[in-house]
Amino acid sequence: MPLVKAGHLSVDFPIFGMTGNRSFKKSLMNIATGGALAKDASNRVTVRALDDLSFEFHEGDRVGLVGHNGSGKSTLLQVLAGIYEPTSGTLTVEGRVTSMLGITLGMDFEATGLDNIYLRGRLMGFDRSVVDALVEDIADFAGIGEFLHLPMRTYSSGMSMRLAFAVATSVESEIILMDEWLSVGDADFVVKAKARLTSLVDKARLVVIASHDPAMIADQCNVVIHLEHGKIVSVTKN
Amino acid sequence: MNKSYSKAFLDLQKGFSMYGIWWGLAWQEIKQRYSRSVIGPFWITLSTGVMVAAMGPLYGVLLGQNVAGYIQHLAVSLIIWSFISGSINEAGSVFVGAEGYIKQIALPLSVYVYKLISRNLLMLAHNTTVVFVVLFLLPPKNFELIWMLPIGLVLVAGNLFWMALLLGMLSARFRDIPQLVSNIVQVAFFLSPIIWSAEMLPPGRRYVADFNPLFHFIEVIRAPLLGEPLHMLSWIVVASLLVIGSVSTFVLFARFRARVPYWL
Repeated sequence: MPLVKAGHLSVDFPIFGMTGNRSFKKSLMNIATGGALAKDASNRVTVRALDDLSFEFHEGDRVGLVGHNGSGKSTLLQVLAGIYEPTSGTLTVEGRVTSMLGITLGMDFEATGLDNIYLRGRLMGFDRSVVDALVEDIADFAGIGEFLHLPMRTYSSGMSMRLAFAVATSVESEIILMDEWLSVGDADFVVKAKARLTSLVDKARLVVIASHDPAMIADQCNVVIHLEHGKIVSVTKN
Repeated sequence: MNKSYSKAFLDLQKGFSMYGIWWGLAWQEIKQRYSRSVIGPFWITLSTGVMVAAMGPLYGVLLGQNVAGYIQHLAVSLIIWSFISGSINEAGSVFVGAEGYIKQIALPLSVYVYKLISRNLLMLAHNTTVVFVVLFLLPPKNFELIWMLPIGLVLVAGNLFWMALLLGMLSARFRDIPQLVSNIVQVAFFLSPIIWSAEMLPPGRRYVADFNPLFHFIEVIRAPLLGEPLHMLSWIVVASLLVIGSVSTFVLFARFRARVPYWL
């Protein structure tokens, strides 16, 4: 049973350079001089990106995160993905997580499209044999034809995005994290991509999507969490 | 507190088990650096070879040494040094340079350290061609202790691992560290027995080598290769540093591992 559970979860980003204590010298000086300057060091400037969040997502939940820029949606996704550990509070994530954040990460433009399918697959945690079985489907869906055997620097930006999308959506997962509904390529491809992503999301047992698109949220989500300034303003269940 | 220790241990363990990722990335980085060049990574070999061929005869004469023996010493020392100095110099950017990865994908942090050490090992492997050529043309006295070579290599690589992890963490937090380190490494090249050897020191000055941990790092790889007598002190220093360094770095890693992404 997939489960995402947070209790009083907070995330504070330290801002270095504001107090000038990013340099080793300043820290040494703070130790050396003690007293007055040490107070300066402990008064570090931080930004509270997520503030005391408590929630529980279960099997079947389609969670939509909404809120203005800077409300903490993406940070929350990063925390759920395990990129940042909460500064305070608890977080439990049970189930295999596929994060759709940074789907082009690790692609090598000197390598061929085929090599890049393996590169991305490896980063997503798949063995070579798993990718072997998927290659055909991925190449076929991305529709890049003979370009598959050419270095990726010869691709148009649309083609590389299509390939990245095809790899990211090639394997079903228990929990899916997504920052904005992925949309790539030209008009024809967008339709194809939407169908593929919808079917993947439908098969997932738990989904968390951050989005600015009210129509998509209404269409896909049964739980809507409204964040403002890192706090939960409202939780709406449909 | 116990939890952060077990998480740190898991990071190191899971990181290691992802050898497909770090070994692959290490290769990829080497290939990228030399992409579309005709001889590719063998530029590493070639530039070392040229350096040995050019410096060996000249410095051998300048330092009043037997030229054949000096070339052996120089070739082996230079290659070990580039492995050690390369690893230490890049340690500062092991996490800072991987910011794009660290902020987009939740991999154990140790993956980036394994990647760094294995990339430098791969470069060392390219350089061994030079050692083969030199030792073929100028064979050493004996190969009796050659079986100790892998042990020496593992001890040094282990030491470089904790150093890279430690320096990587420190550099993510304090951005002056990489500059400081590269400065120290540069000076260390001249202060360590690479273009000179410990035997050239007058007995009263022998401590210049003995108090330099880098001398012992070089020695445990060099001595087995050149059939030189076993220098017990070097093995003791390298093994103790491995234990002390690993333990203290592990404590720091447990304490600050989760903070590293916040520092980037």
